[in-house]
Amino acid sequence: MIKTSAKLSMVNGTIDMSHGAGGRAMTQLIQQLFLQCFDNTYLRQANDGVLLPRSNKRLMMATDSYVVSPLFFPGGNIGELAVNGTINDLAVGGAVPKYLSVGFILEEGFPLSDLKKIVTSMADAAKRSGVFIVTGDTKVVEKNSVDGVFINTTGIGELDDEVTLPQAPQVGDKIIINGDVGDHGVAILAHRENLSFATTIASDTAALSGLIAAMLAAAPGIRCMRDPTRGGVSAVMNEWAEQYHTCFLLNEAAIPTKMAVQSACELMGLDVLHLANEGKVIAVCPHEQIEPLLSVMRAHPLGKKASIIGDVVDEVHPGVLMTSCVGGRRLVDWVSGEPLPRIC
Amino acid sequence: MRFIEEFRNQAIAKKWINKIHQQVKSGRRYRLMEFCGGHTHVIHRYGINNLLPDAIDMIHGPGCPVCVLSIERIDKAIALANTPNVILCTYADMMRVPGTKQASLLKAKAKGAEVRMVYSVEDALQIARNNIQKEVVFFAIGFETTTPATAVAILRAKAEKLTNFTVFCNHVLTPVAMEALLVHSQDKAQLNGFIGPAHVSVITGSNAYQSVATQYQKPIVIAGFEPLDMLQAISWLVAMIDQGEVGVKNQYIRAVTEKGNLKAQDLIDEVLCLRAQFEWRGLGHIPNSGLALKSQYQQFDAEHRFDIQVSKSAEHKACRCADILCGEIKPKDCALFGLACTPENPLGACMVSSEGACAASYAYETSSIT
Repeated sequence: MIKTSAKLSMVNGTIDMSHGAGGRAMTQLIQQLFLQCFDNTYLRQANDGVLLPRSNKRLMMATDSYVVSPLFFPGGNIGELAVNGTINDLAVGGAVPKYLSVGFILEEGFPLSDLKKIVTSMADAAKRSGVFIVTGDTKVVEKNSVDGVFINTTGIGELDDEVTLPQAPQVGDKIIINGDVGDHGVAILAHRENLSFATTIASDTAALSGLIAAMLAAAPGIRCMRDPTRGGVSAVMNEWAEQYHTCFLLNEAAIPTKMAVQSACELMGLDVLHLANEGKVIAVCPHEQIEPLLSVMRAHPLGKKASIIGDVVDEVHPGVLMTSCVGGRRLVDWVSGEPLPRIC
Repeated sequence: MRFIEEFRNQAIAKKWINKIHQQVKSGRRYRLMEFCGGHTHVIHRYGINNLLPDAIDMIHGPGCPVCVLSIERIDKAIALANTPNVILCTYADMMRVPGTKQASLLKAKAKGAEVRMVYSVEDALQIARNNIQKEVVFFAIGFETTTPATAVAILRAKAEKLTNFTVFCNHVLTPVAMEALLVHSQDKAQLNGFIGPAHVSVITGSNAYQSVATQYQKPIVIAGFEPLDMLQAISWLVAMIDQGEVGVKNQYIRAVTEKGNLKAQDLIDEVLCLRAQFEWRGLGHIPNSGLALKSQYQQFDAEHRFDIQVSKSAEHKACRCADILCGEIKPKDCALFGLACTPENPLGACMVSSEGACAASYAYETSSIT
């Protein structure tokens, strides 16, 4: 006879080693939390590997691990970040995100109430984007082996045949971003360092798949897109400069930034271009498609402050330059060191 | 006043740049030293160096507390960090500064030393309160800007009877260093004038530089850290040079007074006293240039509490930080710059600090592209 599991206490309960040991406690956790929140036909297959429907499209796959500290921050939590982040990695490649896997590494003693909040927001985030969480894994490690919870998500998306991303930027192309830069980085930092004046800043964590679908429809000539997460705008631009042997010229005055974010940067000695974003996309677009692109972006809730922030220019060497707010030119370098460890 | 946008206004910047271009006399060179690393970074970060007339050479000075700290002091900090039961608290900039044989606090941390990055000495105090069973040492560095905070922390530790908090004091004085620079290099850099410190001067007051200016016949303009501050100060300095004017002018009137912050000066005087001499990278041993804890506060002095032993300290042989700090060469003149020495793998302190001349040059100079 199969015994039914007792109910987990989501109010006072905590994770212990048995929740990862493969026994009844683990099944309890899976059934009463993960299956309940993530429920869908694929997950209900309940096998080690999930069988996905046949697709006649090209597939794209992306993986990312999330170790952000603190786990809960203004504007979101690690769970939402883990779903949106991988969705965005697929979306900027031109794919329509379809399926996600989720792996949890939990610290012994982690409150079940916090885990429930995280899992619920993951389920909501997946639902909002029409993505199914189709398989998962849970491990529990001894106290102090991880900081609460670490999450890995892997995503699969489908690419329509018309999508030709990525292509090399051409001289004359414009660089565009969908809104304010640096919110996520400052939200985490302000929360961690108790910067009272910047606590109104919330993380910009958001799934960009909807916005990007609209962008590609309006401007099918978009050459390439990236989400400027760790390393910020400067990392994306420098990666492209190396990859495509191209020179970019940014215009500091045109880069949208909130006053509180700029103030926090002044205080902490940070460059806003180095700060992480979790709901931003940078695109390189031929200048003749820039108008329709801007108007469709500005009509979308995630692109109201879409702005042209620079140009692809003709210079001898690849790299990233910027015209400063007072008109002088300087190099935009990669961030060096770790100004903000464990930002995502 | 919002303090950011107003001082970065492009239209006003253009006016000052045009004015400076009109001011410079043909055939004349203007060698201006920005004493502070903070100014060096403003010049590069806003591309001001690319907007000035060719006749003006901006020469970076020794005003970077991380850079001027001698390698022996860095070795001592690493030795402190490696002392059993010690938590060493440091500003982030010091983590990567190379000691002898490329040791660093970051590497010591990776090997198990307890090194904590803090934003202020107040954080270090809190770590001491939270870890009563540990010895918490604050690695105090900086010019007059950071010194008052260290003094306050020591007074607070005394009031709270904290027995596990000490300070490894490396605070140094700006006006003395300015003078030492002119003596040391016998003005090899042939400086026509100085852009004076911003934040340091808030504490010291503008009068602190009068004697250097008079004795060495130099014009000094104290400037704020925003691009418009710099441009206005450069314009003033060029005018002073052209008129043969000597003395101190204060552009940074929104923060700097003649006498400075008297309360902060009193706090420093209460807790700290002059060392007979202190070693600076580049400038050597300068008399009366460094501060130590007064004897009545010696229970908070890490150099009194711990027997800090280091073997012979030595810089990387090819590193030219010393010459760079004296304004004698530019970062690009160092054979290691950008090749063996980068922010990721720094061989000298000037490549590490957010105020270092090499770091500014490496991060912002456009010459590698255009």
